Amino acid sequence: MTSTDRFIPDRLTSPLQKRLKSWETLLLAVAIAIFIANSLASPYFLNAWNLSDATFNFTEKAMIAFAMALLIIAGEIDLSVASIIALASTAMGAAAQFDVSTLTLVLIGLSVGLACGAFNAVLVTMMGLPSIVVTIGTMSLFRGISYIVLGDQAYRGYPGAFSYFGQGYVFWVISFEFVLFAVLAVIYGVVLHKTNFGRAVYAIGNNATGALFSGIRVDRVKFILFLLTGLMSGIAAVCLTSRLGSTRPSIGLGMELEVVTMVVLGGVNILGGSGSIPGVVIAAFVMGLVTFGLGLLNVPGIVMSIFIGALLIGVIALPRLWSMLRK
Amino acid sequence: MSVMKKMLTTVAVATAFVGGAAQAEDMRIALVVKALGIGFFEAAAKGAEEAAAELGGVEIIYTGPTDTTAEGQIEVINSLIAQGVDAIAISANDPDAVAPALKKAMDRGITVISWDSGVAQEGRQMHLNPSSNALIGNMIIKLAADHLPEGGQVAVLSASATATNQNIWIDEMNKVMGNYPGIEVVTTVYGDDLADKSYREAQGLMQSYPDLDAIIAPTSVGIVAAAQAVADAGKIGQINVTGLGLPSEMAGAIESGASQSFAIWNPIDLGYSATMIAHALATGAATAEPGASIPMGRMGSVTLDDTNSGAMADPFVYDASNIEQFKSIF
Repeated sequence: MTSTDRFIPDRLTSPLQKRLKSWETLLLAVAIAIFIANSLASPYFLNAWNLSDATFNFTEKAMIAFAMALLIIAGEIDLSVASIIALASTAMGAAAQFDVSTLTLVLIGLSVGLACGAFNAVLVTMMGLPSIVVTIGTMSLFRGISYIVLGDQAYRGYPGAFSYFGQGYVFWVISFEFVLFAVLAVIYGVVLHKTNFGRAVYAIGNNATGALFSGIRVDRVKFILFLLTGLMSGIAAVCLTSRLGSTRPSIGLGMELEVVTMVVLGGVNILGGSGSIPGVVIAAFVMGLVTFGLGLLNVPGIVMSIFIGALLIGVIALPRLWSMLRK
Repeated sequence: MSVMKKMLTTVAVATAFVGGAAQAEDMRIALVVKALGIGFFEAAAKGAEEAAAELGGVEIIYTGPTDTTAEGQIEVINSLIAQGVDAIAISANDPDAVAPALKKAMDRGITVISWDSGVAQEGRQMHLNPSSNALIGNMIIKLAADHLPEGGQVAVLSASATATNQNIWIDEMNKVMGNYPGIEVVTTVYGDDLADKSYREAQGLMQSYPDLDAIIAPTSVGIVAAAQAVADAGKIGQINVTGLGLPSEMAGAIESGASQSFAIWNPIDLGYSATMIAHALATGAATAEPGASIPMGRMGSVTLDDTNSGAMADPFVYDASNIEQFKSIF
């Protein structure tokens, strides 16, 4: 996706700002509508514990989605995130067999995530390979290692304190995962929208060559973004492993597509150059509320997938329809 | 804004449409399966409905994720806990990963049993095996050996590498290999219970082992795909596909000769028995403890072992002589 010969629209004008704003407003309206529809459709929906349980449907995916949003805005993608989870979880499981402390386990999980991110980063930025190809490869590679290590076995026996990350509550029904999700949302929001680094990310996504000639160290920024995606996958691995209390090589299978769906639903341009963290946050809630609400009504998962798919196509098609209507 | 209106209407219509489904009955029992859209589990749901009708005042919630992941099942379990169902009877995608969620269900007073594919002991009150693993392991190799009096090469096409059932059966099969001299199991491949992947794996087997005599697929998805692959390769009569499958899906393969025979317990009976047990435990009519005998209606009763698991019945062989009779049933 580093090719620079494609058509690059002028996206830094003020109508864009307006459109972006109305986009998030639209998404928020959809979220609220789904919330209301759910409350009316199921008597079980408006219950603090149930809503708390529902947040687990999206918190781990959303954590990765924040880093993925930055990466996609910069014109790259990482499809290996779910496999990084598998490898990080496998490493933690292997370490847990030696009675190491909870802190060590977490550090191992994060380090493996970072290492996987660095591996992707080296292949993309130093060897100049397309990220979609590299990460499709590492998607098989990372999970493949987990399958070789574990086969059909599972790692269990995580220390008791380790279960806090995925099953613990900070206050009443507010889970640790939800707090982590909120804190990370703020951090990523600030980084993307308030720092020079964030501006560099947009600049690279709009025109990587132009950004390079403007003095932005394009490869270094991309390197950091891949590291961040790896790190977030490591964090998600800690949470998911803690929640499941066990590791199998199939852990988090297919999650990369849900993460990308969340990012695109949040209004991030899949070709790079535009998007926002608030959009991704709302998209996380929309996806979580839709799956949980339909789950409460015992709607088969197949129908749920259709619903999410329709929502995604609707949102991607929307800006096109918009500009066609304006003409 | 018309698009937004449309989206909102879609949400409202969708929720209103499904919101009309049956509400409060005396008891709600959830039958949670590995994934929806698999013939075996649809048949089990039929059996559960039969049990519900027999018991009266029972609503069956038949549900499961779209793909065979533990994460998907946990989302389903969370929504069932939220609804406060009376009992959950689950066929698990992963015995360990779903255990914390099911433990939470039990903490909130929900009866939890596993059937077909089990859950770790701390995550359920009891487990209902469709048959005994030893008998199944013996049956799948016997089915292949019966048609190979001279001996020959046999390959296994399994579900996913982490599937609890299939791995146990293959283990049991390996234990009794000594009783079938001349039969050589050349390899085990995994089709992940996906029709297209299983088909490709079966094709791969035929290319890698030109002298292959039989494919054993202990999964209802794999056996159909393998039979199709053998038929498409023009190797009917040369390679016999056998294992565990559904009569309705395998009728064509039996007729064409791609499969001589296969076995399965009756999934209708399995769904029926799981529902009967869940009902008995939820009402307090029976307690799940080692040595206990729990009634299963027309299926008699199941006796629990030290791990609180029990076996329902022996597997049953289907071939050209009885396929007509059963193919319309499930």
